[in-house]
Amino acid sequence: MYYLQIFSIIGSLVLFAIVIDFIRRGLLKEKYSVLWLASAVVIMALSVKKELLDSIASRLGIAYPPSLLFLVAFIFVLLITLHFSVVISLLHEKNKAIAQELALMKNALKEAGIDVPGKARGDDRK
Amino acid sequence: MKELKVRLLVIIPAFNEEASIGGVIASVKRHAPEADIVVVNDGSIDATAEVATRAGATVLSHLYNMGIGATMQTGYKYAGRYGYDVAVQVDGDGQHPADSIRFLVDTLVKNRADLVVGSRFLGEGDYKPSLARSTGMAIFSKVVSAVIKVKVTDTTSGFRAAGKRCIDFFSSRYPDDYPEVEALVLLHKKGFSIMEVPVTMSERASGHSSITPVKSVYYMVKVLLAIFVDLLKRV
Repeated sequence: MYYLQIFSIIGSLVLFAIVIDFIRRGLLKEKYSVLWLASAVVIMALSVKKELLDSIASRLGIAYPPSLLFLVAFIFVLLITLHFSVVISLLHEKNKAIAQELALMKNALKEAGIDVPGKARGDDRK
Repeated sequence: MKELKVRLLVIIPAFNEEASIGGVIASVKRHAPEADIVVVNDGSIDATAEVATRAGATVLSHLYNMGIGATMQTGYKYAGRYGYDVAVQVDGDGQHPADSIRFLVDTLVKNRADLVVGSRFLGEGDYKPSLARSTGMAIFSKVVSAVIKVKVTDTTSGFRAAGKRCIDFFSSRYPDDYPEVEALVLLHKKGFSIMEVPVTMSERASGHSSITPVKSVYYMVKVLLAIFVDLLKRV
C-alpha cells in the first residue's frame, strides 16, 4: 500500500460518508447527490484495486498511474458543475415565472380594491 | 377606409425612468387614446411606479430587477391574459415616437403580420449612431436578414407591434438579455411573419443606452452566438 492509495481511500470514504449524512439530515436532495456518490465510489474502486488503476492508466498512456485519480476526480468536478449550471438555469426560469406572476397578481388585487403595501425599507436589510 | 377595431395594449418597460415616464405616457395617451397602457416597472429604486400610476397607467412592479427580457415578457403575459389583440412595445425613455404607434398597428392588422418592427434606417430619418454601434447594427441586420430570409434593417429596435399569436408565444418564451434580435429569430422559427416600417426616433429624453462600450463587445458576441443557438432550439 502506498500512502497515496491510503489517502485516496480515506478521502473517498469520507466524501461518501459526508454525502450520505447530508442526505440524511436533509441538507442535500437525493437528486443532487448522485454524481457526488458516483465520484466517491469510482475513486474508491480505483484506489483499492491498484491493478485496475494501472491497467486503465497504461491503456490511456498515462505514465504515472495515480494521476488518473486526479483526472477522474477532475472529470467528476466538471460534470457536477455542469449539472449545477443546468439546475441554476431551470431555477432561474422558475424564479422568473414566479416573480412575473407576483407582479400580475399584485395588480389584479389592486384592481379588486386590495392594496398590498409595497416593499418597506426594512425588507431588503439583511 | 373602415376603422378596424382592435384591443390595443401599449407595454412600456421601465427601470428608473421617473424623469421621462410621465411624458411617455402622456404622449401615448395623446397619440393612441384607444390604447390601454401598462408600465412594467423592473424593480426601480426611484419613483417610476408612482409617477406612472399618477399618469394613468397600469403598473406591474417586479420585486427586483430582472432585466429587459423578463420585463417585456411580463407585459406580454398581461396582454395575453387580458385578451388584447395587439401589443406595442414603447421604451420608457422617450425615444420612441408615440405618433407612429397607430402606423405600426395598422400595418400589422392590414397585412395580418405577426410582428411589425419600427425601423430607424428605413426611409428618411436623422438617426446617426456612433461608428461602432452602426457597424454592429449593420452586422446584426445582415446576419438576421440572411437567417430569417426577410430583410430587417433595424434588428435592435424595441419599438414593435405584436399580434395575438405573437403575444401568446412571447408569454411562454422570451429571450432574457438583449432580447430584440433573438426574438426575431425565434419568431421566424415559429413560421411567424415579420415586417418592418420606417419610423423616426428622437434622442432619448433622459438616461443613456443600457449598452456601454465595455458591454458592447459582450453584446455583439452574445447576440451573434444566440442567433445561431436559437436556430438549433426547439420552439
